[in-house]
Amino acid sequence: MSLPVPKLKVAIIGSGNIGTDLLMKCLRSASLECMMFIGRSFTSPGIVKASGLGIRISDRSIDAIINDPASCDLVFDCTSAADARRHWPILKELGKTVVDLTPAKIGVMCVPAVNLQECLGSQNVNMITCGGQASIPLAHQIGLIHPDAEYIEVVSSIASRSAGPATRLNIDEYLETTEGAVKSFAKCKNAKAILILNPATPCVDMQTTIFAKIDNPDMEKLTLAVKKVVEKVRNYVPGYQLILPPTQEGGRVMITVKVQGRGDYLPMFAGNLDIINCAAIAAAEAFAKIRQKQA
Amino acid sequence: MTIMKILISDPTLRDGNHAVKHQLTLEQVTAYAVAANAAGVPIVEVGHGNGLGASSLQVGLSLLEDHAMLKAAREVLTTSKLGIFMIPGFATINKDLRPALDLGADVVRIASHCTEADTTQRHIGFARERGKEVYGVLMMSHMAQGDVLLQECRKMESYGAEGVILMDSAGASLPSEVTEKVKILVDHLAIAVGYHAHNNLGLAVANSIAAAQAGAVILDGTACGFGAGAGNTQLEVLVAVLEKSGLSTGIDLYKMLDAADLVRKKLLESAISISSTSLVSGLAGVFSGFAKHVERVAGEYNVDFRDILFELGRRKAVAGQEDMIVEIADALAKKNSPRSSK
Repeated sequence: MSLPVPKLKVAIIGSGNIGTDLLMKCLRSASLECMMFIGRSFTSPGIVKASGLGIRISDRSIDAIINDPASCDLVFDCTSAADARRHWPILKELGKTVVDLTPAKIGVMCVPAVNLQECLGSQNVNMITCGGQASIPLAHQIGLIHPDAEYIEVVSSIASRSAGPATRLNIDEYLETTEGAVKSFAKCKNAKAILILNPATPCVDMQTTIFAKIDNPDMEKLTLAVKKVVEKVRNYVPGYQLILPPTQEGGRVMITVKVQGRGDYLPMFAGNLDIINCAAIAAAEAFAKIRQKQA
Repeated sequence: MTIMKILISDPTLRDGNHAVKHQLTLEQVTAYAVAANAAGVPIVEVGHGNGLGASSLQVGLSLLEDHAMLKAAREVLTTSKLGIFMIPGFATINKDLRPALDLGADVVRIASHCTEADTTQRHIGFARERGKEVYGVLMMSHMAQGDVLLQECRKMESYGAEGVILMDSAGASLPSEVTEKVKILVDHLAIAVGYHAHNNLGLAVANSIAAAQAGAVILDGTACGFGAGAGNTQLEVLVAVLEKSGLSTGIDLYKMLDAADLVRKKLLESAISISSTSLVSGLAGVFSGFAKHVERVAGEYNVDFRDILFELGRRKAVAGQEDMIVEIADALAKKNSPRSSK
C-alpha cells in the first residue's frame, strides 16, 4: 500500500461567484487543497461561505500571500484583468504557479481538452473565456480536419442572471479574447464571437454553437472527431452535452453544445461559469500530478 | 397654434436588409439615400439588419461590408443625418463603432435586449465622448413590463443616452400595451422617448400613433414598410397620418412617396406583406428577423414552420439566437419520424 500523496496547496484570490464556486470544486478534488481563500472584505458572501466551511480566510487581497508565501504553491486568480496584471509580477517573484481566470491575457491560453500538457511548462496559464472553453475543443477539431476552413464563428447564449456586472461592462473584451483564441487554436484566417444574454425565467442553460464555412466538409470525419472530443471535455465538465451534431445547413456547418453547471455554489444554469472553473481545476490537477511525480 | 414635432428616424437601409437577407447593393443604398435626403427625412440609418459587425453565419452574411454601405450613404446625405445601429455582443467599439464614427456617422443607436441595458454602458459613453447624437434602444420590448423597461431606460440615461427607443422587434404588441409602456417612460424620464414598430399583427401604424399620443417624440418607419418580418411602420403612411393628426414631421410627403416608389421598383424582392410566417412570429413573440431563416429551415427539415415559431416563443428566444431554429427543427423532425433523421 502506498502512502497517501500530499495534495497541491492552492490559494484562491477573489471571493466573488467564480472564486467561491472554485473553492467548492477544490474541496471535492483529490489532489488540491485550498489553504487560503482571499477577498477584500470579511462580509462578502464568498468569504462568509468559506469561513463557514472552516477554510482559512483573509481580507488582505494579494498581501495575504506576500505575508505568508509558504501557504500555497498555486494561486487561482479570480479578480479582474487589471488586478491580475498587478498580481502577476508579485506571484512570479514568489515562484507561484498562477491559473488566471480573468481576461488579463498574461499566460499561455489553456483549453484542457486541447493543450493541457503543453501548458504545464508555464508558470501562468490563462483560462480564456467561458465561450472559449465551450467552443474551442470543437473549433480545434474543425481546424485539424479542415486546415483550409476560412472562417469559424462561435455564438454563446447564456442566462442573463449568470452574467455579472464585470461581464456586462467588458462584453467587448469577452468578444475580442474569444475571437483571438478561436483563431489561434483552430488556425483559421477569420473568426467571430457573438454573445447573447437571455433573461428568460426559469433561466436558460448555456448553449454554444460553432459555425464554419468549409468547402466540401468531411461530415463523417467531423462527426466522429466531435463525438470523441465531447467525451474528452465531459471528463472534466460533466454537464457538457452535444445537442446538435455536425450538421450542414444553409451553406454552413454547425455544431451546438449545451453546458449545464454542477450547481456547486452557483445554480445549475450557470454552465458558463462552471465550465471555466472546471477547466481551471483540470489545469491545477495536472500541475498537482507533476508535483507528485517530482516528489 | 403650436404644432408638435415628431422626429422621424428611417431604418429602410438597415431593417430593410432583413427583407433581402442582408443583400442590399451599393447602388440600392445610394439610390434610396438620395431619395430620402431629398424628402427631408431627418435620420437615415444604414447597415446590416442587426447593425454594425453583425454580418455572420448566425444571422446572415452581408453582401456589403459596413464601411462600404456607410461610405456610399455618407457621400449623398447632405441634409439627412447618417445613423448607425449597434448591438453590443455582436459588435465592439474597436472593430466596429470607432471606424463607423470615423466614416462620419452622425447618430448612434446602441441596442440591447430589453432587460440588458447595462451591456450598452461603454458604447453609449464612447459615442457621447465623440460628440455624437446617441440613443439607447431596448429590443423585444413586448417581453418586459413597463416598470422594468423604465429601470433599463434610466440606466441608458445615466450612461449618456439623449433618448431611448422601445422596439417592438417581434411585432407582438397591442396599441393598449404601447400606450401603457410609453406613458410610463414619458412620465418618469427627462430624455426623449421613441417607438419602433413591426407590422406582424397589422398594427405598426396604429402602435406608432398610440406611442405618439402617449408622448413619444421619435418614431421609426421605413419606405413601403421595407423591413424584417411583415415589415416596419410604413413611413409614407405614417407621415400622412401624423400630419392629418396635426403632428408635423418636416418630411415632404410628395417626395416621400417618390422614395417609396423607388423602393418598390429597386429594393423590394417581393411586396412586403403579412405572411403566415410573420403573423405567427408576431403571435409567438419571436424576433421578426427570424422569419426568413424559419421558412428555409422548415423546408429543409420538412417540419411545420408554426411549430418552430411557437417553440421559439415558448423558450423565449431573443434576437441573435437564430441557431436555435436548426436545433428545434432537428428535434421536431426526429420526433415526427424517429427512425430517419436528416
